[in-house]
Amino acid sequence: MISLTSPVETRAHRWPAGAKLAALCAATMLLFASNDLRFHFAAFACCLLLYALPGRLFFRTGLRRLAVLWPFFVLILVWHVATGDVQAGVVITLRMVTAVGLANLVTMTTRLSDMIGVVRWLTAPLRRIGINTQGIELGIALVVRFTPVLAQKGQLLAMAWRARALKRVGWQIVTPFATLAIDDAERVAEALRARGGL
Amino acid sequence: MERNVALIALFAALIAALGLVPKLTLAFGVPITAQSLGVMLCGTVLGAKRGGLAVLLFVGLVALGLPLLAGGRGGLGVFASPTAGFVIGFPIAAFVTGWIVEQWRSVSIGLAAGFASIIGGIAVLYVFGVFGLMVTLNKTAMEAAILVIAFVPGDVIKAVLAGIITAALARARPASVLSRA
Repeated sequence: MISLTSPVETRAHRWPAGAKLAALCAATMLLFASNDLRFHFAAFACCLLLYALPGRLFFRTGLRRLAVLWPFFVLILVWHVATGDVQAGVVITLRMVTAVGLANLVTMTTRLSDMIGVVRWLTAPLRRIGINTQGIELGIALVVRFTPVLAQKGQLLAMAWRARALKRVGWQIVTPFATLAIDDAERVAEALRARGGL
Repeated sequence: MERNVALIALFAALIAALGLVPKLTLAFGVPITAQSLGVMLCGTVLGAKRGGLAVLLFVGLVALGLPLLAGGRGGLGVFASPTAGFVIGFPIAAFVTGWIVEQWRSVSIGLAAGFASIIGGIAVLYVFGVFGLMVTLNKTAMEAAILVIAFVPGDVIKAVLAGIITAALARARPASVLSRA
């Protein structure tokens, strides 16, 4: 499955995931604590610099992922031009872009396996009090494995619809789609039990 | 245990897969994204606890960096963006939806599922969504609510569909509809 980790290997890929997440938490709290325009311009510039350091491909990939924010960008600027409080609008927009940008940066430089390591570490206290957390890791693996499988079955259902109907694919395919997911789940459960279970 | 994990994981995968199939079209030509329908179905089919866990697993994997949200979005940036409240509210929405279906046994499952989806999948979800907009965009509750009110009619249609689909699933696979098992 395609993940959002950057193909460009950066120095930050080798930093511990927990430290990156803690730094992200601290940075986000700082961003939301301040309403100072100069602070937000500086933070935004730092964020852009971090994107630019690993090279042009990384920079462009990162900016493309921020592009999904443009409707909010337009909305907030129009809103604040209309209400006459442009400075607040600029602060809100900068904060939004910087906060999402920094969070995406952590995702881009941290492999899925390292993230799962953090989950393991966070769930350690649960294991110590006797809760079985094996199900969480198995669940993650099953979702990663079965999302493409189900997506393909969904495409087949959509194709079957198109082969028979003049109208575009309707919501009616969701019922057989969910039935397929239920049947797969029952078969997976049986297979897990047959192999010794959890 | 194995069955619970398998159903939770496969329904999490179903939500993701619903985000990957092209948009579905309603009878009068309006396209809908089916992902939030998947969140409602987790609650109506699996019940409060398992349904909530299935959606929590889905949201957790989005946070870990998998592009599972409709349009291939994912990663930690989702949780800092203006729509973060909706994503964070997803598991609670599924939990409340499932809880209502489990409790309200005096009516048919389809009616209970449709009503539960309106309360859980819309009312509860929008409380979180509006709160997310208030925090990230620095708006009052009323201002934030105005921004999302346009999406409510579409979600009401999805809640009705969730009821119809759950009733059909209860006929097709009665043993697997755990909210009424």
